[in-house]
Amino acid sequence: MSLWQKHAIFEKNSIILLLGIVIVVAIGGLVEAVPLFYLKSTIETVDGMRPRSPLELAGFNIYVREGCYNCHSQQVRVLRDEVERYGHYSLAAESMYDHPFQWGSKRTGPDLARVGGKYSDGWHRDHLRDPKSVVPGSVMPPYGFLEQRELDFSRISDDMRVLRVAGVPYTEEMIERATADVTIQATLDDPDVDGLRSRYPNAVARNFDGNPGRVTEADALIAYLQHLGTQVDFKLYDNKANIR
Amino acid sequence: MAHTDTTDHGHAPQVDSLTGVSTTGHEWDGIQELNNPLPRWWLWVFYATIVWAIGFWIAFPAWPLISSFTPGILGWSSREQVAEQLNDLREQRSAMMTRLEDSTTAQIESDPELLSFARALGRPAFGDNCAPCHGAGGGGAKGYPNLNDDAWLWGGTLADIEQTIRFGIRSGHDEARVGDMPAFGRDGMIPRADIVAVADYVRSLSGLPVENKANLTTGAKIFADNCASCHQAGGTGSRELGAPNLTTGIWLFGPERETIIDGVWNGHGSVMPAWQGRLDDTTIKALTVFVHTLGGGE
Repeated sequence: MSLWQKHAIFEKNSIILLLGIVIVVAIGGLVEAVPLFYLKSTIETVDGMRPRSPLELAGFNIYVREGCYNCHSQQVRVLRDEVERYGHYSLAAESMYDHPFQWGSKRTGPDLARVGGKYSDGWHRDHLRDPKSVVPGSVMPPYGFLEQRELDFSRISDDMRVLRVAGVPYTEEMIERATADVTIQATLDDPDVDGLRSRYPNAVARNFDGNPGRVTEADALIAYLQHLGTQVDFKLYDNKANIR
Repeated sequence: MAHTDTTDHGHAPQVDSLTGVSTTGHEWDGIQELNNPLPRWWLWVFYATIVWAIGFWIAFPAWPLISSFTPGILGWSSREQVAEQLNDLREQRSAMMTRLEDSTTAQIESDPELLSFARALGRPAFGDNCAPCHGAGGGGAKGYPNLNDDAWLWGGTLADIEQTIRFGIRSGHDEARVGDMPAFGRDGMIPRADIVAVADYVRSLSGLPVENKANLTTGAKIFADNCASCHQAGGTGSRELGAPNLTTGIWLFGPERETIIDGVWNGHGSVMPAWQGRLDDTTIKALTVFVHTLGGGE
């Protein structure tokens, strides 16, 4: 009997059919996914990337908690219209410290990969409080409660330890200083700001939520948004350097 | 084997008497399966897709290898494609673009063709970058200045507008426009009762009704001591410091007594980001002209 007739064995035994499906899907998956872990051209190294500061990390956690990724992507695709609107296309390295990544798959709102520095903190406060007050056509729900809630950052160093297991290069010093760093970054003119900057280059310390003396969830979220997409200096970036 | 196993299917393959087509030998509850061949057109399309795939592998990046991948003979990459498209766009606009780059903002406004080009370039840039604060038509919102009227905080000439766009206001840029209104109440510089008095005085400057006329004398004195250094005697404001003119009846945050008291208590220091670096020089130039021609340009 020819080989073409052998399929009957799959059709008659559901477990064998299942195993066959798993093997076929696995081959497709392996061919597509595995090379991304070892091909040099897909693991681009760029200058300027640093782990998130503890306050930015707390903001990231709020971003994930509130499900912002359901409506906002963080990925400027390599397409003309996106580059014209949002700025330089995103690099994989720019999200290498995101666990989980926030690329998203839906844009009910705009892409946020390069939102850092685009608007003032005051705008973010107004916009979180009542999105329609500044963007009349917005369907985003209000997040005014964030500025009412004190930020709970008692476990932020634990978060950092977990991320270190996942490969984010937090040092022992960063983890030890984590809770202090949250307060420094959420305060304008803190005397220890240089220490913060030595651990997290270009970290901006200010009173993000407009309410001095309190560290709220709005502080963390706005600090996170204001640093999105600002780490790589694209004047220095060479897109040929990593084609090898 | 399956189709000869009569105990399994009940029947061996045979020719169906009605259609003359042989059966597969499968039979369920008396219904037999005809063994029709696949339609020819379908089969050829299927083979064509396989050939297409092979052609695709040869032309485009496809297969992963040990340390690299097959790049394809066309040498295509999405990054180069987008760079080319942006280049094409620049070339398509180049004639007008070069003129725009070589002209001063004043020259642009005096040349109708160049002006309409600059405005066409400025409009979408305004929509994406400026409208979130200043409104789609530049009408502003509470705390965000209206760009259509004649009231300018930092000046409404082409040069003023360009500087504001380029370096921002309290943006942290070295050349940003700076000038903060202190938190007179929160930082304990003016007692609470005096803040109410000065708020009443400020309302009186633009002819608004004042609740407590007795406050005006105290208010005027507090104003002269604390506010006039920036807002000037009489409240006419200062563009060097971005201190609004308080006599015009045009309000950045609102004319209500509570709003003014809140402003004096907590201070103001709204930020406009610096756009140099984020937007290219041509876009900034186009935006300057766009904003200047919205209605209030000086």
